[in-house]
Amino acid sequence: MCTLEKRGRVFILKLTGDGDEHRLSPAVIDEINSTVRRVRSDPSASRSVLVTTAEGKFFSNGYDFSAGRSDLSLLHLMHAKLRALFANLITLPLPTIAAVTGHASAAAFCLVMCHDYVLMRRDRGFLYMTELDLDLEIPAWAMSLIRLKIGSPAARRAVVMTSAKLTAVEAAEKGIVGGAYDGAAGAGGGIVDGANDGAAETVEAAVRLGEDLVSRGFDGHVYGRMREILLKEVLDEIVSCDTSSACVRNNASRL
Amino acid sequence: MCTLEKRGRLFVLTLTGDGEHRLSPAILDAIGSAVRRVRAESSSSNSVLITTSEGKFFSNGYDLDLGKSDPSLFPVMSAKLRSVVADLISLPIPTIAAVTGHASAAGFILAMSHDYILMRRDRGFLYMSELDIGLRMPAWFMALIRTRIGSPAARRDVVLTAKKLTATEAVEMGIVDSAHGSAAETVEAAVKLGEEMNLEGHVYGRIREMAMREVLDVIGFDETVSDVVRNSGSKL
Repeated sequence: MCTLEKRGRVFILKLTGDGDEHRLSPAVIDEINSTVRRVRSDPSASRSVLVTTAEGKFFSNGYDFSAGRSDLSLLHLMHAKLRALFANLITLPLPTIAAVTGHASAAAFCLVMCHDYVLMRRDRGFLYMTELDLDLEIPAWAMSLIRLKIGSPAARRAVVMTSAKLTAVEAAEKGIVGGAYDGAAGAGGGIVDGANDGAAETVEAAVRLGEDLVSRGFDGHVYGRMREILLKEVLDEIVSCDTSSACVRNNASRL
Repeated sequence: MCTLEKRGRLFVLTLTGDGEHRLSPAILDAIGSAVRRVRAESSSSNSVLITTSEGKFFSNGYDLDLGKSDPSLFPVMSAKLRSVVADLISLPIPTIAAVTGHASAAGFILAMSHDYILMRRDRGFLYMSELDIGLRMPAWFMALIRTRIGSPAARRDVVLTAKKLTATEAVEMGIVDSAHGSAAETVEAAVKLGEEMNLEGHVYGRIREMAMREVLDVIGFDETVSDVVRNSGSKL
């Protein structure tokens, strides 16, 4: 389901299977999460970078509903596992880069946004919050991430309230492209840092960015703590959801 | 350490001397008492506070050397800075930081505690240095950063890459309102801006407090989020 390799100081986590939609089933989320834990516990972790990518046409097409959309306890289970993965990524003691080489929808779009940097291939693929189209609610912890990662209210509305399908260029335009900011208003809406040609180039660019980040020589543990503070509200929502039965009810369980 | 003078109806608080204006307990006391004097004397006047400094630095942050020699002073410096910032946030008159030198970490935070930031273009950086020096950033710093820096990527670059911002870059990011040719020009521009402001009434400070409510919510303590998350028994 996913492989982990190291190239220099860059860990590359790849969702495997060329024809696969890399759906985030409970098993796949567990596999990704345990791979991320392997990175965390590697002795070189705090002097490395993690790049997350995928083979084939899809980065990931979101949750796995092949067992049927009416199984609410399955949805609740996938939400719980995704929360744990988000918390893992947000507290990870090394920078994270999503190299988006195919479509990323719904839960997977959120997974992409959990990363510190997002690079995406320009020629193909969409970022797409499908929930509106699928008649699914967006939980508070996912919305909190969206709010912190998409600064422009108009961009947020397009993403969340119209299920806009964004190409890499459109996503980069919604605020930020590789360090240029939305001048006078000071509120860039950006989701994607750079749009690259083709899948291989996207991964290469991610690796280059990773090497550049590592060469600055900061302590990954300090970096991870700073990122937690940057995304404090998301962690707060995750923790509060894990411990609150109200959140369970809002995730459409029948409790 | 700092002087307070009146120019017309404007107050000018200057961090004096050529040093780094490190925020030691003593200098924070001096700033705090100057801000309290401004509050007392501005109650009947239509005034503005301008904060600036002499020399190469606006402020280079907390006095870390002092803290290393006596770690019990870290919470003291934090408490005193939080008190100054809370006072600035509730001040009933507009505030302008005329940044005429480097402002890093707590010094950058002090600048961002003002309604307007004007900065010299020819020299000096704004710099959240914590990542480079391995220091933690408290949640209240982040809350303040969030009220000033709207772009998520800009926030990431400031906090997670410890980017050293020139005035020009800071204007592009929306952190600084305008950049000026020299230290003197920056102060003059701040004075001009202050003189153009004409705010009657007493509600300005209350409205600012509401606008910066998220900062006031967390400014009572220095805890970072991971302390809270880890203590809540989460299985993370």
